[in-house]
Amino acid sequence: MTSTTFRGLNPTMIRIELRRVLRNRRTAIFTLIMPVVLFEIFGSGPQTDDRVGDGNVTAYILVSMAVYGAMLAATAAGASVSLERAAGWSRQLRLTPLAPAAYIASKVLSALVISGTSVAVVFAVGTTSKAQMPTATWVQTALIAWVCSMVFAAFGLFMGYLLPSENVMQALGPGLALMSFAGGLFIPLSQYNHVFRAIAKVTPVYGVGELARYPLVHDGRLAGAVVNVLAWTLLFGAGAALRFRRDTARV
Amino acid sequence: MTTTLTDAAIEIRGVTKRFGSVQAVNGIDLTVRRGEILAFLGPNGAGKTTTIDMVLGLSTPSSGTVSVLGRAPEQAVADGMISAVMQSGGLLKDLTVRETVELTASFFPRPHPVAEVLARAGIADIGERLVGKCSGGQQQRLRFAMALVPDPELVILDEPTTGMDVEGRREFWKAIREDAARGRTIVFATHYLDEADAYADRIILIRKGELVADGTSAEIKAMATGRLVRATFPGARLPALQAIPGVESVEVRGDSVLLRGRDSDAIARHLLTKTKATDLEITSQNLEEAFLALTGDTA
Repeated sequence: MTSTTFRGLNPTMIRIELRRVLRNRRTAIFTLIMPVVLFEIFGSGPQTDDRVGDGNVTAYILVSMAVYGAMLAATAAGASVSLERAAGWSRQLRLTPLAPAAYIASKVLSALVISGTSVAVVFAVGTTSKAQMPTATWVQTALIAWVCSMVFAAFGLFMGYLLPSENVMQALGPGLALMSFAGGLFIPLSQYNHVFRAIAKVTPVYGVGELARYPLVHDGRLAGAVVNVLAWTLLFGAGAALRFRRDTARV
Repeated sequence: MTTTLTDAAIEIRGVTKRFGSVQAVNGIDLTVRRGEILAFLGPNGAGKTTTIDMVLGLSTPSSGTVSVLGRAPEQAVADGMISAVMQSGGLLKDLTVRETVELTASFFPRPHPVAEVLARAGIADIGERLVGKCSGGQQQRLRFAMALVPDPELVILDEPTTGMDVEGRREFWKAIREDAARGRTIVFATHYLDEADAYADRIILIRKGELVADGTSAEIKAMATGRLVRATFPGARLPALQAIPGVESVEVRGDSVLLRGRDSDAIARHLLTKTKATDLEITSQNLEEAFLALTGDTA
């Protein structure tokens, strides 16, 4: 890696990227409002006062929805490369000193800022709810939900390079919801039969959910979850890198 | 940054570019001097954009070399020495005009002030407008503003006024001309002869990937004015055709004759009344035919 690898990367890129997200009503609703609404719906249902680990069921659902919001936000931020390629913006960038890797880095950083915002919004709403867990657990679960959204920044980038569509998020939105069911984010894995439980453990959402909820429930296979998160990050990252290299190759 | 002591803004030596079985550029040699305003004139598919892409480092020649201000094209881009206004695309609709220029400026180490760039491109008054809500002409001036950000020595414009209305085109060229007066080298590709005529010091004609003419606007125009009278005339004799009043040049292709001249009426009247020529066809010479005239190629 040389000093020019990330040439041109700067805070203005992130600032303008955030403004774009907030300006786009669909993305804003998708990444900031929907997770909150889902939390309001599921977090206050029957039996949500039951104890789970160090807190209650509402807290458990709060963390799950924060993970979901972070996922959506990070995926949308990554997948925006699809639209920018279609608009010829990636080509335009090649007429500037901005290094290709710096462009990708800006997308990952933006994804993390946006997913962090999403987690913060969900948790802020959570403090006004009956969610209950130790203070340290609030911080730990939020941080893990946020950091692990990296998997989905990579996923979004990969899909953004893979899919030609301008509306790539219209395909990815339902896809993420399915993956969330498959990975036990919306319904605890204990409700699944052993076949589906085994399948769930190799899907990309499983690891993130398990890890983020671990400080609350102190339960589950930590090592398996870590391996899941790292493996999917590497896989999606490698896929994105491969497509990216093909995309920027000079002909 | 080292200053290179070269008079050439662009040096193209023996450049070819092949895409599969298509020979897009077929051996071009060209030197563009600093401070020149050069029009790259040619029909669609002549190889203009392919050549421009190589000058911008967006693609590499199959053979030959391109250097920009004495360095490799990619280096010239990275150094902010060269920038371009592309034909279409390259804009994000959900950014404002000002944000687009701000973002572009953020990539360069020593960008020109955003406000000044907007003013020079004549879009200071629409800075807060979303790009998606701008007219084609305004978007093109925004692309020009983006090209001015690094204060480059050389700006390349690839068919910059395609799809613009007359007013938009005039406004656009006004901004370009004011800027060029400061001594920037400008190279623009166009298929409008009038545009090349009005704004360029020097015109390069390109056809089928080759340079077919290189001269001042007046020189090129002289080659391209007049009308073409085409007729079926078996057994026509060259000297007799050349003697027809008003005829400037003659070509015989089998049973067809092609007569070029400014007074096409007189030529036609002569052919119909004094010869056995039939099937007359009179066309004003557009650029394509100017090329044919210049290359002697049968289309």
